[in-house]
Amino acid sequence: MALLKKMFGARGGKVFKNGIWSDHPVCATTLGICSALAITNKVENAIAMSAGVVFVLVLTAIIISSLRKWVPGRVRIITYMITIASGVIIVDQVLKAFFPTISEAMGPYVGLIITNCIIMGRAEAFFIQNRTYNSVLDAIANGIGYTYALLAVAVVREVLAFGTLLGFRVMPGIWQNWAVMAMPAGAFFVLGTFLWITRTLADIEPPPGA
Amino acid sequence: MSEGPSLLTIFVAAIFTHNVALTYLLGMCPFIALARSLKTAFGMGVAVVFVVALTSSVNWCIYKLILEPAGAQIITYIVFIVVIAASVQLVEMIMERFFPALQAAFGIFLPLITVNCTVLAISLFMMLRQYTFVQTVFFSIGSASGFWLAIVLVAAIYEKLTLIGDIPKGLKGPGIIMIITGIVALAFMGFQGMVAIQ
Repeated sequence: MALLKKMFGARGGKVFKNGIWSDHPVCATTLGICSALAITNKVENAIAMSAGVVFVLVLTAIIISSLRKWVPGRVRIITYMITIASGVIIVDQVLKAFFPTISEAMGPYVGLIITNCIIMGRAEAFFIQNRTYNSVLDAIANGIGYTYALLAVAVVREVLAFGTLLGFRVMPGIWQNWAVMAMPAGAFFVLGTFLWITRTLADIEPPPGA
Repeated sequence: MSEGPSLLTIFVAAIFTHNVALTYLLGMCPFIALARSLKTAFGMGVAVVFVVALTSSVNWCIYKLILEPAGAQIITYIVFIVVIAASVQLVEMIMERFFPALQAAFGIFLPLITVNCTVLAISLFMMLRQYTFVQTVFFSIGSASGFWLAIVLVAAIYEKLTLIGDIPKGLKGPGIIMIITGIVALAFMGFQGMVAIQ
C-alpha cells in the first residue's frame, strides 16, 4: 500500500488497490463474468481476451474522462456504447489480421467485449467523474484484476482438462484428461471456487439479501 | 432461401442442447445477480424473450438489407449495439404510454437488458450462421426461452437451498449461484445428441 502511494500519489494508490484487490471487478462486483467463463478453457484465449479488454478499457477511460465535461447526462450511456464498440472493432480487426487462429477460436466473444459490463460499469462509476490520469490508473488496475482472475481460471482448466499449459504438456503421461473441466460446467465450478477463495481472503461482504 | 436446419431443430436446439446461458455462458452478469429470487428471475426471463425477439429481427433486416449490400460489415458492432439500446428505449417508452402496469412489472429489468450479452450475442450468431429471417425468429425466441428456463431453474434451487443450508460466508451470493449453475449445466449436457446444429 505504501509503495502504491509513493508510485501514484495518495488518490492514485487507493484507486489502484481498489481495482486489483478490494473492489476486484470479477470477484467483488461479479462483472465481466461471461467472458471469464466462456473463453477460459485455454490460457492462450484468456490472454487474448484480457489484452482486448484492457485495451478497450484504457481507450474508453481516456476518451470518456476527457469528454466528461461536454457529454450531457442524458446521452452518456450511448456515448459509452459507441466509444466501446469502436474500440472493439479495432481489436477485432487486429486479431483477424495478425492472430487468425485465436480470432477463430474466440468467434463471437470478441464482439461481446462491447457488453462486458466491467467497461460499462467503470465508465459509469468512475471515468465520467474523474480526471484522465486517475481514470487511466483505474482502467489499468481493473484490467490487471480482470487479467489475473481470467488467467487463474484458465490455468486450472487447461491443466486439468488437457494436461497442457499454453499448449505444452505439463502433466505426467498417466494423467487422464478431465473433460468436464473444458466444458461449461467446469467453468462454473472453477470460477465459483475461485470466488469463494478470493472473497474469503479479501473479506468481502456477501450482497444484501443473499 | 439458404438450406439449413429445420425450424423445429433450431428451436429445440436453442433451448436444450445449445442453451445460451448454460452452453455458451452468455448473459451471466444479470444471471448471477438476479438468480437470487424466483420472482425477479422470472421477470428478467420474460423481458429477455421480448427484447431478443424484437432486436434480432430488426438487426437481421438492417444487416441483410443495408450493411451487406453496402459492404459496410466493419461497423456491424456499432449498428447492432445502437439498435439494441434504441429498441430497449423505444419499448420502454411505448410501455410507459400504453401499458403502465406491464412497465411497472418489468421495472429495472428493461434498461438492464442493454448490457445483457445474450441480446447482442444472438444477433451475432444469426449473422455468423447466415440464418434466414424465419430461422432468425425461431432461433431468437428459442434461445431467449432457454435463458428464461435456466435462470428460473437456478433461482428456484437457490431459494430452496438458502432455506435449508448454512452456506459459508465467502460462498454466499455469486459463489454458490455459480456452483448451482454448474450442476444445472452438467444436467443439461444430458440433452446432447438429441438434435444437432452446426
